[in-house]
Order: sequence, then C-alpha cells, then structure tokens
Amino acid sequence: MTLQTLTYLVVGASFALYIAIALRTRAASTGDFYVAGGGVHPIANGMATAADWMSAASFISMAGLIAFLGYDGSVYLMGWTGGYVLLALLLAPYLRKFGKFTVPDFIGDRYDSSAARLVAVLCLIFVSFTYVAGQMRGVGIVFSRFLEVDLGVGLVIGMAIVFFYAVLGGMKGITYTQVAQYCVLITAYTVPAIFIALQVTGTPIPQLAFGATLPGESVTVLEKLDAVVTELGFRAYTDGAKSTLDVFCVTAALMAGTAGLPHVIVRFFTVPKVSDARRSAFWALAFIAVLYTTAPAVGALARLNLHATLQPGPLTEPAGSLAYAERPGWMKTWEATGLLRFEDKNGDGRIQYYGDADPAFSAQAETYGWAGNELTVDPDILVLANPEIAQLPDWVIALIAAGGIAAALSTAAGLLLVISSAVSHDLLRRTFVPELTDKQELRAGRLAAAGAIVLAGYLGYNPPGFVAQVVAFAFGLAAASLFPALLLGIFSLRMNAAGAISGMLTGLLFTLSYIVAFKGVFMAPLFPNTAEAWLLGISPEGIGAVGMVLNFTVALTVSAFTAPPSPATRALVENLRIPRGAGDAKAH
Amino acid sequence: MNDSSHRAYWRANLALIARCLGLWFIASFGGGIMFRDALDAFTILGVPAGFWFAQQGAIWVFLAVLAYYGWASHRLDQKFDVDDD
Repeated sequence: MTLQTLTYLVVGASFALYIAIALRTRAASTGDFYVAGGGVHPIANGMATAADWMSAASFISMAGLIAFLGYDGSVYLMGWTGGYVLLALLLAPYLRKFGKFTVPDFIGDRYDSSAARLVAVLCLIFVSFTYVAGQMRGVGIVFSRFLEVDLGVGLVIGMAIVFFYAVLGGMKGITYTQVAQYCVLITAYTVPAIFIALQVTGTPIPQLAFGATLPGESVTVLEKLDAVVTELGFRAYTDGAKSTLDVFCVTAALMAGTAGLPHVIVRFFTVPKVSDARRSAFWALAFIAVLYTTAPAVGALARLNLHATLQPGPLTEPAGSLAYAERPGWMKTWEATGLLRFEDKNGDGRIQYYGDADPAFSAQAETYGWAGNELTVDPDILVLANPEIAQLPDWVIALIAAGGIAAALSTAAGLLLVISSAVSHDLLRRTFVPELTDKQELRAGRLAAAGAIVLAGYLGYNPPGFVAQVVAFAFGLAAASLFPALLLGIFSLRMNAAGAISGMLTGLLFTLSYIVAFKGVFMAPLFPNTAEAWLLGISPEGIGAVGMVLNFTVALTVSAFTAPPSPATRALVENLRIPRGAGDAKAH
Repeated sequence: MNDSSHRAYWRANLALIARCLGLWFIASFGGGIMFRDALDAFTILGVPAGFWFAQQGAIWVFLAVLAYYGWASHRLDQKFDVDDD
C-alpha cells in the first residue's frame, strides 16, 4: 500500500470516529451546548481540556521551535504548562462555583456592569479569532502536505468536520470528540518520539533519551548537539540569546495568558463539582505533560538527525556536505511546499547548512569554499518530517498526519464554541435581546458557530500577514486584559467595575500599542524590532507581563478612589469562596 | 457555619495557595531562569540542572504541586466543613 493510501485510510478512520461520537452526543439544551450539561467526569474533562489546549502550535510547531531556539524555547514549555498551575489554584475552582456559562458572564455579574461584560466580550473575540485562524491554517498545511490536496479543499474538509460536530453537538459533542482526539494526537506524537529515541540513544523513553549518553561515544545527546551546532557556527543549543529579564517576562506572559484564555477556562464549567474542577486541572496538566516533556527530546534529537543528514562528513572536505542530487525524499516533498528552500550559492551542487550570521565562522567557511548558508528550514516542518528523516515505517507517518489534524480540529472547535457563546449568550441574551427563549438562544448559538467557522476558514485561506504573529500575542493580550480582572474579581472584595474596566482597557491598550509599535500590524513599525529599542530589553512577546502589572496597578488605584461594590456583589464573592453547594452551571 | 469560620477557612486557603505558588515560582522562574547558570554546574539525568529545570523539571514540579493542592484543599474543605461531597 502506498503512503498516500495509508494516510487517507488512517485520517479517514479518525474522522469517522469523531463523527460517530458527535452523532451520539447531540446537544438538546443550552446547558448541553455551552457546558455539556455540567456532568463530565474529571478525567474525561482533563483529557478534553488537554486536547482543547494543545493546538496545532503545540503539536506541529513547538518541538521545531525548540530545536532551532535551544534554551530560549524553554519559555513555551514552562509558560504553557505553568499557566495551568495559575488556572487551577486561582481561577478554576471559583469560576466553577460561580456556575455560569461564559467568562464575560462572570465579569459582567461580578462587577454588576454591562460595560465590563462588553469589554470582556471584546477581549474574548479578539483573542479567540486570531487563535482559530492559526488552527485552520495548520489543518490546511497538514492536508496539503500529506493528502496532497489543494489548501482550499483541505480547509473546506476541515471546516465541514468541525461544523458537523461543533454545531450539532455543542460542548457535549466537542468534549467527547476531544477525548478521542487526545488519544489520537498523543499516540501520534509519542510513537515516533519513542522510535527516534531508541534509534539515536538506545533508550525508548524520550524524557530519558534527552540526557542519555550516545551509544559508542562518551558524550551525551546535548553535549554532542552543542559540539555539532557550534562547529557549524550556530549558537550552542544549551545557550540562549534572550536576556534573563526577557525570558522571565515572556514566560510570565504565556503563563498568565494561558490562565486567561476563555476556551480553556470554560472547560472547567463542565464538571459537576468544585473539587472536580481542581482534580480535572491536575489531570489536564498530566495529559499535557506527556507531550510537553516529550517535545524537548524530539527537538534535540531531530536537530541532531538533521545535521547528521546534511553534513555527514567533515567540514574541511567538499564531499562532507550532502550532494543536492542525493538528498532524501522528504526534502523533495517539503521543497514542493515552499517550507524548505535550497539555493546553491557557491554552485558546487552540495548543501551547506551553517550559521552564516556569525562573522568569525563566516570567514572560516569561505576558506572551505562556502558562500553563505544555502538551506532555509521552516521550524514548522520538523515534527511532521521527523518520521521521514528518521526513516520510520509508513504507518507512523500516516499517524502523524492524523495527529496534527486532531490537534488543530480539537482546538478550533473549542475556540469556535466560546466565540458562538459570547455572541448568542453574552451579546444577545444578556445584553441586547433579553427576551430570547432557551430554544432561540440555542439556535442563535448554532448560527454563530457556523458563521465563525466560515470566517475562520476564510482567514485560514487568506491569512492577513499578521495572523501568525498575532497568535503568539493573543497570550500577551489575554494576560494583560482578562486574567487580572478575573483574579481581582475573586480575591479582592473591594474591586469594583470602574477599577476592573480601567485596568482591562489600560492593559489591553498598552500591550496592543507596544506590539503594534514594534511589529507593525496594519502599518509600518514605528521602531526597529531589536533588543536595543525595546523597553528594558523586553520583547513584544513578553510585554503582556508588563501590561498585566499595569492592569493590576490601575485597577487597584482606581477602585480605591471610587465607591465600593454593593453588598449583593460582596455576598456573591463570599459565596464563590466556599466550595459547598455548587449547582449545575446555568444561565441565570 | 458563620462568618468567622468562613474567614478562617479563607485565610487557611490563601496560605495553601501561597505555598503552592511558592513551589511553582521556585521551579520555573527560579530553577529554570534566574538560577539557571548556577544550577548548570550539576547535572540531572545527564542534562545540566538549570537547563533540565527549564525543559523538564519545572513541568514535573507543576504536576506535583497540582496533585498536592487537590489533596490538601479537599482536606481543608472537610476540616472547615465546606466540602462538596
């Protein structure tokens, strides 16, 4: 059987599974649609949360980013998992006790203010849309590479699948398909990792292979990697280029951003009790940790394999570099996608892949007859190409395709649901059309989900130039806007609407303008995007941490000078803090 | 249940959260970032210790913190008779 037939078979089987689950778990009420009726087991919810959270970025991009960033890639590992600790300790149990459907619901009720609710809806829609467009793009890449269909056709297939189970099943359908998707994506991620760990180090466990000694040599994986990459003029793998303060700020922004992401928070509304919300957060992190502790090993081993393939002999001999005509098949297929590019600068028909940004090494390379780095590798291809680089069997490659699609679809579905509930519940029912019946609201929710899918698909096909960048910034914006408002709403009895709104707007505007000033969204950047020009050397990726501090400061100052919240609000907060007596999540 | 008991519960709960966040901070911002260079003098499972904390250890500590929190918070709820069983 050819690889392509096998891929069609594996991906097709996974789709059939998702659709079968969606058919069995059709949503009958708004409660089912928004929070799966509030009766999901904590372990199942943990799995669904893990699938919801681990997007195409985690599955496809992260290990590749780490492979090329080395130590600097740690910000993603610590940031995206550490956020779960904040979520479990500071938000999830209390928001579950509150027992409503959405994040703007909490902000609107806690601050007793429609303005606060609208600001929260605005933050939520902005954060979620930028995110979902990135997912649809991920679906498109996997389809066009593995199934060799046109990107547009791939997107339409992806949209149709998500449409089917998100619109019909709502949160209930999404939850159980996400459980299945977690199983698919984690198998797809760990199986090749185990194969590669075994091949390179003789240890089947990737987490141990990360520090293992190479067979027949006296050096460990990382020592060897440092030696190989510095010999080629790259920065040592275990060194970072970012300043300590910047690493600190980026990690903090990613953590608080994770805790403030509406599609993750809303998952904790689906379990029956407060103690289940805490337990569920543990399970979610446990399921996420399987992938997140495997990723650094995949990154390091893949980088090692890549250099071994491209530079099989010594640098000083011309024949030490791989001849372009003899390049392996995976390079040919990825060249076709444009994500891998070769330019024979010195015209010797061989691939010289090295760090030509280092002037000292560049001069040395000229003595070898090299005229500059000739290969451009997009980090996004590393995980997908990994099984081929390591020459694993075809079924493993087919599995990777199904896993990448599962990761992208599960996150896209979760995001689409929070967008639709923000429209049908927060905007229509709670703000503009309060007379809406439950049935009408459900229909509005389905319509909004359908509309959001079409728009997301369009954005995936025609990504505005800034989507890829903005996905990373969505975290900074969530950290600087929603996270402090949620936290203060629970832990400060004195916090009022004026404080929360001014804090959210300050954090959002500050972070957004800093990003726009350096990255130039919709316009040319005002300043060069370099460490010298940055405020205290903090990159736009990390500025959300500063925005968050500003949010807290402004909110606390403004609330100290304005009237305290009403006794009713005070009672609401007092009640949040006591676990006993959490009913089902409901609309009112 | 009365207000003073609720207040005592909330204080104990805040103390528990502070302990957990302390561990969370030490493992990630401490071990993986601020004290990374000093820790790299040692190795854990063959990896320089600071680098290991940044790419592996912090995640394992996070998981341990959540396991402890799940257990300790439930015990606290029972002690103050506010549990949801």
